[in-house]
Amino acid sequence: MSRKLFKFKGGVHLPEHKAESNARPIHAAPLPGKLVIPLRQHIGNPAKPVVEVGERVLKGQMIGAADGYISAAVHASSSGIVTAIGPAAVPHISGLPDLCITLSTDGRDEWIAHAPLDYQAMAAADLRMKLRDMGIAGLGGAVFPSAVKLDPGAAHSCPTLIINGAECEPWITCDDMLMRNRAGEILQGVAVMRHLLGSTEILVGIEDNKPEALASMRAAAAALDFTVEVVAVPTIYPAGGAKQLIETLTGKQVPSGKLSTDIGIQVFNVGTAYALACAVHHGEPLISRLVTVTGHVLRPQNVEVLIGTPMRTLIALAGERGGSTGVLMGGPMMGMPMPDLEVPVVKATNCILVKSNALFPPLPKALPCIRCTRCADVCPAALQPQELFRFAKAGDFGRAQEYHLFDCIECGCCSYVCPSHIPLVDFYRYAKSEIWAREKDKRAADLARERHEFREFRLAREKKEKAEKLAAKAQVKRAELAAAPASEGAAVPSEADAKKALIAAALARAQAKKAEAAPKNTDHLPPGTQREIEEIEARRAKIRELARQPLESEEKKP
Amino acid sequence: MPSPFILDRSSVTQVMAWVLAALLPGVAAYVWLFGPAILVTLALATVTALAAEAAMLKARGYPARPFLTDLSAIVTAWLLALSLPALAPWWLIVTGTLFAIVVAKHLYGGLGQNIFNPAMVGYAVLIVSFPVQMTQWPGPLALTETPLTLAQSATVIFGGGVPKATLDAVTMATPLDALRTGLLQQLTVDEIMTQPVFGQFGGVGFEWLAAAFLLGGLLLWALRIISWQVPLAFLAGIWLAAGFLHFFDAGRFGAPWFHLFAPSVMLGAFFIATDPVSGATTPRGKLIFGFGAGLLTIVIRTWGGYPDGVAFAILLMNLSVPLIDQYTQPRVYGTGGRGKEPPA
Amino acid sequence: MIAAILVMVGLAVAIGLVLGWSAIRFKVEGNPLAEKIDAILPQTQCGQCGFPGCRPYAEAIARGEAEINQCPPGGEEGVKKLAELLGVEPKPLDETHGTPKPKSVAFIDEQLCIGCTLCIQACPVDAIVGAAKQMHTIVAAECTGCELCVAPCPVDCISMVPIAEDLPHWKWKYPVIELKRVA
Repeated sequence: MSRKLFKFKGGVHLPEHKAESNARPIHAAPLPGKLVIPLRQHIGNPAKPVVEVGERVLKGQMIGAADGYISAAVHASSSGIVTAIGPAAVPHISGLPDLCITLSTDGRDEWIAHAPLDYQAMAAADLRMKLRDMGIAGLGGAVFPSAVKLDPGAAHSCPTLIINGAECEPWITCDDMLMRNRAGEILQGVAVMRHLLGSTEILVGIEDNKPEALASMRAAAAALDFTVEVVAVPTIYPAGGAKQLIETLTGKQVPSGKLSTDIGIQVFNVGTAYALACAVHHGEPLISRLVTVTGHVLRPQNVEVLIGTPMRTLIALAGERGGSTGVLMGGPMMGMPMPDLEVPVVKATNCILVKSNALFPPLPKALPCIRCTRCADVCPAALQPQELFRFAKAGDFGRAQEYHLFDCIECGCCSYVCPSHIPLVDFYRYAKSEIWAREKDKRAADLARERHEFREFRLAREKKEKAEKLAAKAQVKRAELAAAPASEGAAVPSEADAKKALIAAALARAQAKKAEAAPKNTDHLPPGTQREIEEIEARRAKIRELARQPLESEEKKP
Repeated sequence: MPSPFILDRSSVTQVMAWVLAALLPGVAAYVWLFGPAILVTLALATVTALAAEAAMLKARGYPARPFLTDLSAIVTAWLLALSLPALAPWWLIVTGTLFAIVVAKHLYGGLGQNIFNPAMVGYAVLIVSFPVQMTQWPGPLALTETPLTLAQSATVIFGGGVPKATLDAVTMATPLDALRTGLLQQLTVDEIMTQPVFGQFGGVGFEWLAAAFLLGGLLLWALRIISWQVPLAFLAGIWLAAGFLHFFDAGRFGAPWFHLFAPSVMLGAFFIATDPVSGATTPRGKLIFGFGAGLLTIVIRTWGGYPDGVAFAILLMNLSVPLIDQYTQPRVYGTGGRGKEPPA
Repeated sequence: MIAAILVMVGLAVAIGLVLGWSAIRFKVEGNPLAEKIDAILPQTQCGQCGFPGCRPYAEAIARGEAEINQCPPGGEEGVKKLAELLGVEPKPLDETHGTPKPKSVAFIDEQLCIGCTLCIQACPVDAIVGAAKQMHTIVAAECTGCELCVAPCPVDCISMVPIAEDLPHWKWKYPVIELKRVA
């Protein structure tokens, strides 16, 4: 059956470089000696450690519990001893460390007891929480906790489910290999998604440069008892962007500022479906994934990697070559340069791309923008990148937002075609960063203002209450005095006299208290104690005298 | 430095180089039809432009590379030189080029920052300040008895030594000048068109020059250096405005074909109005920009004080570009109300 | 002549009446300009501007009694925003009111704290928790970095710690394109 496809605006044709790494079969990476597992691998709250240093953990054991609804758990990728829970290098462009659990593997790779889930019998909410606790998060790059995405919410069902096998970025082939070799499991995961979302229309989008994957997925889909439509989409970057794939397959556009579920569509990566199948049918939490190791290496290939494996291990496996100028996590369009090679593979790592000057020549210097609008021609979000660039450069963030800065998916098409070689996406990332920081500051300022105003109110209230209390007390006192029998004749004491009497009474009370509190043991001392006191005083006086004289050692100095 | 790490093989130099290449058919036609004088003008303008650009870059503290080698100054110089009469004195060309590069380009901020088209600013300054010298157009070779050689052209341009009689024999009013003068003398268009300077549809010589520029322009469009909106809208504006007026009173207004193939329209449509820096940036905006420029050209030609209105029309539309851009912003993904089911 | 004068006078009276009625009918309570200015100020409540808090400073600006460049925590950005709001020329920050410092929070050294509550009374946003003769501690999330607690402490146990950049607070930097080496 051929489905009518739509075209999204813009996009660029890139040299694919897929053949380098999709020729070899999937290789299982050897067990590394050390695993560094960050607690923040997904969007939302980082996981909280639930193990201690020195504890022995099994493969698949939860070492970090999910914290809240938008969160996912983190598990030990192999059995071993926890050697550290603290800051370690993580795969982030800033090079800043983050909280990680470091494991020293014992080589036994001992699993916890496998507990597959009977997903059809469980309540939906329980199943989702279990998936959260098995660490399932999106493996397409954004790493959003899947449990949240599998909740259809108030609508009770999400009619259209799209599985993203497009893999449009050059060099990366992990999804391709997954679809070629493990199509059955992927579709098992899709069945679970269908169960939770109640979808009636299920589409798999695969770029047409992957004929083997298309065939494999079609064959596996034919064996299912529900309909899964495997669709070949035209090969153009960024066909694999969620919004672009939705537009290609359904012709609908996700309204700006809203989610795809608002138009009844949910998108998952094929890798996520596979991880879901492993979790449900084998009771295996997310502890490994396929990673493409390619670029300037001797044997580019796809590797089954344990989460937490240092990247250096994988590059050695693929055959390190001299002349490497850096390593990217991800593809050449959206990948991030890694600060060093000790950083671990995390759930978001789909590719380790080793750069060289031949494959990735240094970028030329940027010239001013000549407003040629090639960027606008290729933008898949139909933005005006040259305007956004000028606003970001000028710091005019209000106008940038008016021109839909936050609809930018940072795909890099604009920077790719710019004849002036301006790093456009850098400017948009900077602008977005600044806007978020300012919004945060504004929220903090508003909170501070509220607290300050409450404090003023509180102080004023205290003052008022105090004044009222005093006034009441004074009133009572005066009433008492007025009611007391008048000893000096029938004349009622005047206001001033009454006040004086009150003050006198208060003074007398204070004196009595002072006398009470004052130490009384300094008068009428027994002679023994008196002698002791005199001796102590004499010693004190002698020391004071000595202190006033210079030291002998100092005297000898010339 | 963060992503992306691959770039398309395009560059400003490449774009500019293609523009120059696309101008070559026009230059060749010019030499063939009007003699070699244009080569002197082009050379002079190029040298002046590069010198001015180098001096301004130094004054502003910018490195000479890559700005001098991006060929944008040469493009400006050639476009200005091709708009000027080829036998104009050297100081006219130098002044115009200096004004274009120094004032219209660098004083506004350099590459990518000029609001007005630099070549057109240079042209406007010259035609307003030196109207007489701006009429020293070489006559078409077909109509000139003793055409000038390259050396003689150089002598004329660099001043002195050529008697006025010789000069008069080789310069000729452009067809637009002739039309204007004729109309002022109360002649009808048909009567004017019988003058020898008018060829089959444009002016003699000029019509083929226009055709050569059209060819170059189509090449640029095929290479996707320029988009189709501005040239098409510009030509449409001229055709429709002239056609309307001609339809209204054929005796007083030139025919649309004539206007279309008169000097500088084809050059303007494909090379000058398509200047990306000073033109509109949105597709609909480009249509409005081109159409407006075409319309204004006819208006200025008919009722304005100058025979050719392309330069002023383009400058006027340059002024309105920010406004046009603001109101023609295309629909961003997710804002067009396309979140609906497409028709089955 | 008379007609013209009558028309002008009549117009003036009519328009004056309309204006007067509008002034009463559409009167706005409070000082909206001061609120708008206060929304721009950073709410550090530090008093460096010379006023006891951000609201009094905002009101002073609204009354025209203070300059817009007296707030160091707001920085140049804040001066620019105020200038834009009020339609005046932005000025450089007035150094006599202090210089902008990196954002910091206060920290109490618990070994030295004697529980005197002087800092609690000084904090303008109640960010210090404690009671008389009990340990005091700063709630870092609420601290605005105004430094008003540092001076009153008799044992000098409060220090200002700059907020370090960590992964959740990391920002993309402005892309700098190198044109040429000058040195």
